Amino acid sequence: MSFLELVDVHKSFGDNEVLRGVTLRVEEHQVVCLIGPSGCGKSTLLRCVNALEAIEQGDIRLEDERVSGRGVDLNGLRQDVGIVFQSFNLFPHMTVLDNVTLAPTKVLKLGKAEAVDRAHALLDRIGMWDKRDDYPDRLSGGQQQRVAIVRALAMQPRLMLLDEITSALDPELVAEVLALVGELGREGMTMLIATHEMGFARDVASKVVFLHSGRIEEEGPPDQIFRDPHSERTRTFLRSIIEAKRL
Amino acid sequence: MSAKLSDQLSPPGDPARRAVTRVHHHLVLALAAEVGAIGIVLVTWSQLRAFDQSLRIGAPGPAIARVVEIIFGLAVLVVPAYGGRAITRSLRARRLAGDGNLPDARIAAQDAGHDLLYVLGFGLMAAIIAFAAFFLASNHGHVRTVLFNWDLIWSSRTALLHGFWWNIKLFLVAQVLVLIWALIVAVVRQLPGGAFAPLRFLAIAYADVFRGVPAIIVIYLIGFGFPLAHVEPFASHMTGNTQLFWLGVLALVLVYGAYVAEVYRAGLESIHWSQTSAARSLGLSQWQTLRYVVIPQAVRRIMPPLLNDFVALQKDTALVSVIALPEILLNAEILKSNHFNLSPVTGAALFFLVITIPCTRFVDHLIKRDKARTQAH
Repeated sequence: MSFLELVDVHKSFGDNEVLRGVTLRVEEHQVVCLIGPSGCGKSTLLRCVNALEAIEQGDIRLEDERVSGRGVDLNGLRQDVGIVFQSFNLFPHMTVLDNVTLAPTKVLKLGKAEAVDRAHALLDRIGMWDKRDDYPDRLSGGQQQRVAIVRALAMQPRLMLLDEITSALDPELVAEVLALVGELGREGMTMLIATHEMGFARDVASKVVFLHSGRIEEEGPPDQIFRDPHSERTRTFLRSIIEAKRL
Repeated sequence: MSAKLSDQLSPPGDPARRAVTRVHHHLVLALAAEVGAIGIVLVTWSQLRAFDQSLRIGAPGPAIARVVEIIFGLAVLVVPAYGGRAITRSLRARRLAGDGNLPDARIAAQDAGHDLLYVLGFGLMAAIIAFAAFFLASNHGHVRTVLFNWDLIWSSRTALLHGFWWNIKLFLVAQVLVLIWALIVAVVRQLPGGAFAPLRFLAIAYADVFRGVPAIIVIYLIGFGFPLAHVEPFASHMTGNTQLFWLGVLALVLVYGAYVAEVYRAGLESIHWSQTSAARSLGLSQWQTLRYVVIPQAVRRIMPPLLNDFVALQKDTALVSVIALPEILLNAEILKSNHFNLSPVTGAALFFLVITIPCTRFVDHLIKRDKARTQAH
């Protein structure tokens, strides 16, 4: 039994079949990076895992508990599975502190003091406790994204999904966000990461999965995928990345 | 065929003929503007004089009117003053251009152009003042004495204020109820799934009907119809003005609830779905997402249209006069009939302005403050 298991997952938007039978295992404390060209289904896969999209066929299991299909307690599932988005999606009408304490107080029913303590520890960790009363629009993209990560962590999830979280950032802000994610990985947080940052994937991933047209083309340890990809498609993809000087 | 690209982009030419070096000194325009400015001063003065003479007819006007006349009469001199400055600056521009000092000539010409715009803007303003004076003085001062008899407005103030108290109560009670009721309607309209289809349909039908019927008809039907039809609790638990008041509130809430529900709906739909995704992904329920994430953002965004509707509601409280609640317009009408003069109604209009204008300013202030708080400097 794996920590997270996807078995033959299918998902379409209208006539467009985005996931065409994805089978994937993530073990506890693993960091799994999903790579692949735009439109290959990385984001959709992540959104399916915490049920922001419903799947049409197949099965998703978290710790051997079926979490896809009918009858699933979605709010319960999402307490265990956090997601961070490309566009941060902080709540613009709330301060940094309110963003981080909203879900713990309303969903976990923590007391205000306890929620603030939890937020304090997390915001301290990213050096943003001083900015707790600022509104998101006043922060840099990198700061916003780190707050978004912390907001998800405040729910103490068992699994984190990161959906191209550096794609909307200016190049000089990418490092601070990736550093935080790297730290989380070393501390044993189980993560499923969709990313275009190949260097980052090579450094932190326990396993790299190359997704192509809604199917898993190849998966393996980062050394093997980046040095000696078996599939011709993986090779073509990585070559185009190298030509763009992104690896 | 080997012409260089740079040659094609900027063909060689005489620098003196380039468009950017020309000087438009505006002299003819400035002279014409000055003639027009002097004309508008004469017209304004003659109309102010006619107005001044009308003050002696019938009810005498207040002394303040004289002061205002003098202020306007002097202020209008600004127009030829700008015209005169435009002429001197044009002349200067022409002289400098003749001397070959093109940079300074262009600056002087631009200044002359600005002066001409001032002649236009202030001149139009003066023309409007002149027309107002002409209108008030026309028909031997009847326009002024019948609509703007200051003594009558002043002596009506207590009766009007008494009535206005009803308008304020109508507005305050109806506003709070509209805020709640319209939000319920808007949220019902957003409910997903087949189970709520009948409720959604009802919400749509309600908004269509009450936005499509004149408010005065709704007030009429409810105000006269409900007591006649013995509709409870209005019929046997309320009497007199209290009954009329609550009937008026009900009618206004039904009408304005339909408008404001649409405003809410636009606001709710304007919040990007990614906000909902983010909230749901944190484990918030659909209701919590609406309550803590979507509605607060929507309300901030719809503040201006929401306030427009509330200013309209403030004004439409006067419609309740048709069911004989002794609010301000009804009192003004009684005074009008007694004196055979419309000035008390003008007085009622002034009362409304006293609350609607600050209201609008207040929301402008709120919007500005909210912007400053949530946006980067």
